[in-house]
Amino acid sequence: MAAKTFPVEFSHILMFARSIGDDNPLYRDPEHAKASEFGAVIAPPTFVQASAQFDPDYGLRPKIGKPWFGSGKEPTGIRRGPGSGGGGGGGGGGLHAEQHYEYHRPLRAGDVLTATTTPGKTWEKEGKRGGKLMFSESVTEYRNQDGELVVTAKGVGVRTERPADPT
Amino acid sequence: MTLKASDLKVGDVFTQRLVEDLKRTQIVQYAGASGDYNPLHTDEIFTTKVAGYPSVFAHGMLTMGMTGAMLTNTVGDGRLTKYGVRFTSQVWPGDTLDASATVTRVFEDGGEKLVDLDVVTVNQNGLEVLKGYAQARLD
Repeated sequence: MAAKTFPVEFSHILMFARSIGDDNPLYRDPEHAKASEFGAVIAPPTFVQASAQFDPDYGLRPKIGKPWFGSGKEPTGIRRGPGSGGGGGGGGGGLHAEQHYEYHRPLRAGDVLTATTTPGKTWEKEGKRGGKLMFSESVTEYRNQDGELVVTAKGVGVRTERPADPT
Repeated sequence: MTLKASDLKVGDVFTQRLVEDLKRTQIVQYAGASGDYNPLHTDEIFTTKVAGYPSVFAHGMLTMGMTGAMLTNTVGDGRLTKYGVRFTSQVWPGDTLDASATVTRVFEDGGEKLVDLDVVTVNQNGLEVLKGYAQARLD
């Protein structure tokens, strides 16, 4: 995630919590949250993934005036090479293999995060179902408006030579 | 709700049904909220005709997010110190997912009481779709 600034807002947390089926009032009820030990709506543990919304270069969001590889008149708007249709938020695209978080302090609605991403290791493995697997890691530190570290995220992406057999 | 160290022992298991008959609409909701609009998760035509999968499938991060709700319901809000997973199988529309957390260690570090948990989410066939760990502060 290369979002420079990520404003963390109540309505975004509300929608994110709904999408993961989490009915916790701390994510949807500002009055309840105000009376809690946190004094504000807080974000669920995986919320920083939504910083993709604020990454101007994020490849998995249609961009105004640019071709998009999803279907329209045709099954795809762009012809791409095999194995390049992914990019699940880990390292270098493909599918998302692993995700790790370390939590340093609560993330509150109203915080403004700054993300700094550094590439990590890359490695290859012979897969049973999808041919050769190419893994890559990236580490993102999210700091708040006071420069305090809030969350450290490590993603691992994997590219396959062909679609993984779902069986 | 917050867990007390004195109430926990190694081997204790917490479980939660995350979703029954996962709908494509929920996957679309997650795409919209997270910002990951990869057509592999939302566009059946692209996914079957171009990418060669039998159907759209859920974002791994949707499963991790749902499993995270089981964790915060178990350990309490704002208590997690670590949470990490591997996505071990794909999650498809129609799947029913159950998550469990098993206590592997209860310990103190720097005056803080902590618990280590093994985390697993399985589908309706008992197939593991997510495997990981979490650590949380205890009272």
